[in-house]
Amino acid sequence: MAVDSYIRKRFFPHIWCPGCGHGTVLNALLRAIEALGLSKNEIVMVSGIGCSARISGYVDVHTLHTLHGRALAFATGVKLSRPELTILVPMGDGDALAIGGNHFLHAARRNIDLTAIILNNRIYGMTGGQFSPLSGCGIQATTAPYSTIDHAFDVVELSRAAGASFVARTTTFHVRELEKMLIQAISHRGFSVVEVLSQCPTHFGRRNQEGSAVDMLKKMKQATVPLNSGKLDLDPGLIPRGVFVDSDKPEYCELYADLVARKSADDQAESVAADARNEV
Amino acid sequence: MEAATTSDRTLFVHGNQACVEGALYAGVSFYAGYPITPSSEIAEEMSSRLPASGGKFIQMEDEISSMCAIIGASLTGRKAMTATSGPGFSLMQEALGYAIMAEIPCVIVNVMRGGPSTGLPTQGSQGDVNQARWGTHGDHAIIALTASSHQALFETTVRAFNLAETCRSPVIVLYDELLAHMRERLILPEPGDLPLVERLRTFVPGGVDYHPYLARSDGRLPMSDFGGVHRYNVTGLFHDMWGFPSTDPTVVHELMHHLHDKIVQRTNELASYCQYALEDADTVLISYGTPARSAMQVARKGRENGHRVGVLELETLWPFPAQLVRDACANARVVIVVEMNMGQVRDQVRAAVREPSRVFLANRVDGEFIRSKDISTVIRLVDGHGV
Repeated sequence: MAVDSYIRKRFFPHIWCPGCGHGTVLNALLRAIEALGLSKNEIVMVSGIGCSARISGYVDVHTLHTLHGRALAFATGVKLSRPELTILVPMGDGDALAIGGNHFLHAARRNIDLTAIILNNRIYGMTGGQFSPLSGCGIQATTAPYSTIDHAFDVVELSRAAGASFVARTTTFHVRELEKMLIQAISHRGFSVVEVLSQCPTHFGRRNQEGSAVDMLKKMKQATVPLNSGKLDLDPGLIPRGVFVDSDKPEYCELYADLVARKSADDQAESVAADARNEV
Repeated sequence: MEAATTSDRTLFVHGNQACVEGALYAGVSFYAGYPITPSSEIAEEMSSRLPASGGKFIQMEDEISSMCAIIGASLTGRKAMTATSGPGFSLMQEALGYAIMAEIPCVIVNVMRGGPSTGLPTQGSQGDVNQARWGTHGDHAIIALTASSHQALFETTVRAFNLAETCRSPVIVLYDELLAHMRERLILPEPGDLPLVERLRTFVPGGVDYHPYLARSDGRLPMSDFGGVHRYNVTGLFHDMWGFPSTDPTVVHELMHHLHDKIVQRTNELASYCQYALEDADTVLISYGTPARSAMQVARKGRENGHRVGVLELETLWPFPAQLVRDACANARVVIVVEMNMGQVRDQVRAAVREPSRVFLANRVDGEFIRSKDISTVIRLVDGHGV
């Protein structure tokens, strides 16, 4: 199927600002879906609130646009109910890791088969440029006129520690790499996290003198290296990109199915034993 | 398998189990919850029963996610529920509003303990009546049911699932801790004894334009299991008949009226209640939940002594059955509302009756059960006989 058959064309042009990185993520995601040959009816997209959450409106799959931070909780209900569905959960940095932080940790801990895509532009865009838990120290934001004093999460380390069985990071500059990672993440059985560093020229870029969208993309290219690069030893300030975790760990819905099978076998054995007792 | 003999259908159980039995009878197949006193036995029982009956049980990280998870599961076609108590019910309000806006059937049980805040975790209260009505933000309508015995709680729970499907709405079951933890007899109805309402699914075939938010002439909205043959959008934003966000004033106006009217215009039909000796009563006791048992005791004793006392026991709290209450109190000299809070239903009764000055409150808010003495003392005081 052609990539554009996966979108709801009648809602274009989209709401994102000129230069926003979110459209690039949507593009890569559609290409990943196409490459995997998934049909529209087997995909559910669950999103929360924010600029990134609006992705769900543009994709012609089953779309559930939920509450700020709660996308993974809704997605957990859908997935456990219908494990055969492929579930994609695009989230913003604040959506996923501030208000939704607890749901993120526990979805990762359960290793439930959802693909969490964190579009990390280090700012709350839709509400007008407040700092997020991924902004880090020394950032200008509308709620940090004297610059931020909050440390940032490292999404990769957080996801790994919480139990995610697939964890990757790249940027909107590295579009082909992003597409490949999304293919891997969606194919992976278990909780997958793809952190995509994305640019918000309107709010983050403007307030932090990072220039145009093109300047911000160039900066992401310069600031990141493949995770096995020797440059990381020379410059600890560089951000590694790549697949950090890809492990085979029992998935939650499969464990639930095992539990049901175990219970059913026990019941059957008990019933046979009861029959035998009755015969004696 | 258990043989369905009469004796096997007579149980001696606590109220939380009666609620579970009702939910299973109604066909619940998804439960998400978080432990909290005094409702935890519901989750425990569900964790044992659901996997054995083809259902799904999940213990979530909090009550916020529990509410979200049952909404997700319900959308895919399952009858879904959660259970909690006051503090957890507070956390559920955000997603409860979502279920109202997106019209997703589900059942929320709130076993009421003393509040506010952590309050009295192990003791009874009826302090969440108004929270059930107005806990979530924005204009909305809601259905909340209650019961005063295990048998009634079983039937109320079945009815909650039925109304959730009929009205495409969340339905709240409220009962106090006393009912939850008291043990008494429960006779399980035979399959088919109580009517069950199943999910109304669209007959529109896959591939044909389906409108998830287009009501039929009878007001019901046929659903299509999410993740199935129809792709549509579900959102907490005001939306059009396809489920896509809209700020068109006409669309917003019509949806708001639809959400309100589908419940409020059926207030009389939704009103479930029991009555005792109301015909000639000059003293009407209005109560619900376990306090109604004491009210009954007072009325029976009063009748034995020649006093004209009657009881109206409410089983539907929201939408508030104002017409029913007004009619029941039409000839009353005195109306006494018996409840374990500071007068939440009393205020509704005052607004409903023609002479609000005749409405009094017999309450307890100390975690103790309301005894018949508590009520008869108020009657004596109101009648001018002192304590």
